[in-house]
Amino acid sequence: MPDSHASASTLPTRFGAPSPLSALLFVAFLAFFSWALAGAGISISSLINGLPNMARITGEMVPPATDRFLPMLQSVLVTFQMAIVGTVIGLVLSLPLAVLASRNHSPHPLVRSAVRGLISFVRTVPDLAWALFFVVSVGLGPFAGTLTLIVDTIGFCGRFFAEAMEEVDPGPPEAMAAIGAGPIDIIVCATLPMALPSLINTSLFALEKAVRSSVVLGLVGAGGIGAELAVSMETFRFDQASTIVLMILVLVIAVESLSSRARAHLIGGRG
Amino acid sequence: MSAMNGSEGAAAPLSPTALEVRGLSKTFRNAPTPVWSGISFQVPAGQRVAIIGGNGTGKSTLLRCCLRLIEPDAGEIRLHDKALTGAHFGHLRQMRAHVGFVFQKHNLVPRLSVLTNVLHGGMARARGPRYWLQSFAPRQEREYALHCLEQVKLAHLATRRADHLSGGQSQRVAIARALMQRPRMIFADEPVASLDPQAGEEVMETFAELTRAHGLTLMFVSHHLEHAMNYADRVLGLRGGKLDLDASVATESVASLRTLYA
Repeated sequence: MPDSHASASTLPTRFGAPSPLSALLFVAFLAFFSWALAGAGISISSLINGLPNMARITGEMVPPATDRFLPMLQSVLVTFQMAIVGTVIGLVLSLPLAVLASRNHSPHPLVRSAVRGLISFVRTVPDLAWALFFVVSVGLGPFAGTLTLIVDTIGFCGRFFAEAMEEVDPGPPEAMAAIGAGPIDIIVCATLPMALPSLINTSLFALEKAVRSSVVLGLVGAGGIGAELAVSMETFRFDQASTIVLMILVLVIAVESLSSRARAHLIGGRG
Repeated sequence: MSAMNGSEGAAAPLSPTALEVRGLSKTFRNAPTPVWSGISFQVPAGQRVAIIGGNGTGKSTLLRCCLRLIEPDAGEIRLHDKALTGAHFGHLRQMRAHVGFVFQKHNLVPRLSVLTNVLHGGMARARGPRYWLQSFAPRQEREYALHCLEQVKLAHLATRRADHLSGGQSQRVAIARALMQRPRMIFADEPVASLDPQAGEEVMETFAELTRAHGLTLMFVSHHLEHAMNYADRVLGLRGGKLDLDASVATESVASLRTLYA
């Protein structure tokens, strides 16, 4: 049977030859990565020499110590409280900032640029730097950590809330404007309900992020279970450290699991 | 096609003027030519006007400009004998409150209930947090919203989410929302464009009944020439950036209107 698909045209190649610019960029990337590798201090010999230490520390972590279980549990609860309070206050403060930063609701382009700049600044400074700043400002303890989480949440949610508001279908807000509704009514009655799934997602991610951050913040004296972890590691009580790590693991898994359920439940609601 | 004065040819020429447009022009940024220019017409109260024309002739833009949802570049608009052009934001909102606007894509807020969406129609008259959701609204307003839903025969769907409605139902809820405004005039921008013929007829019938019952002025954009003939008193036709036709439906036919698209 003759080949019915035979064609007079030439079949194009499966992969085109890279352009000279693509080849140059690839070589440049390899050179850049080699340079970064040298700066990153990668050392196979150090890794091999460190293996016995890793094995010893891991051995000392088992079984986890329970002698300071209650104070540790107390610290885990403080960590959770910091995360909840920091996230909720951060969310509340993020919403008006996001409105001012959004293209479709900001009263003036200059206001939008200024608020976007503020949110970018807050987000760019690492949370550990904010934690050190607040520890020095208000003293050691959970308050410094909570302030850090508030600022961190504003940086995270301010940007994503603004983008969620910009992405909503412009039709219903236009319909509200045609009715004669005011700007706040339009935001509350049309934009926010339509952006709600995205806002809920972002808020729950912010909570999960805050729980993980609040552990690290304790390492610089900003309260919570991180402080306990730092003391355990510095005093070579690796068995206590493993207990703390397990507690953190349970807390993070619980928060992530609850937030997944809350996400599924809340996104199906009705106004 | 010869243009004629539709105000004279229309059924109720002695009524007060609902809308007056003089010398309206609009050019979009980066566009080489105006969408249209020098548009002038008057709409007496109670008249039903269809705006027709080919794609891209600026029918929807004209309707939006009449409420300054899109700002015209030049010209004057008077709505119920008040100057809309130049009105500051608060005054503009008050004037918009008297005009219900039904869009091609209903523009209901999808996650909210039907009753809440209808309640929002009264937003220019009664504002504030109590009116954001039907759950908190005063009983009187909730009852009136339900009454508006009854008029479009959808009261039984009051608690359903707006994104769980069919296209025809959504458009009727949008009409109920417009009625909630207690409007004197309704603008409708291709209200049946996304509906099947049956649902489209039902929506147009609803418009016809309600405008008759409440004595409302109606301006609607449509590609259905039969709808223009059946549901309007007067036809405005746009072509080549001008108002090319302004006539009573009594003097026109579907065939004569079709020449506008030639």
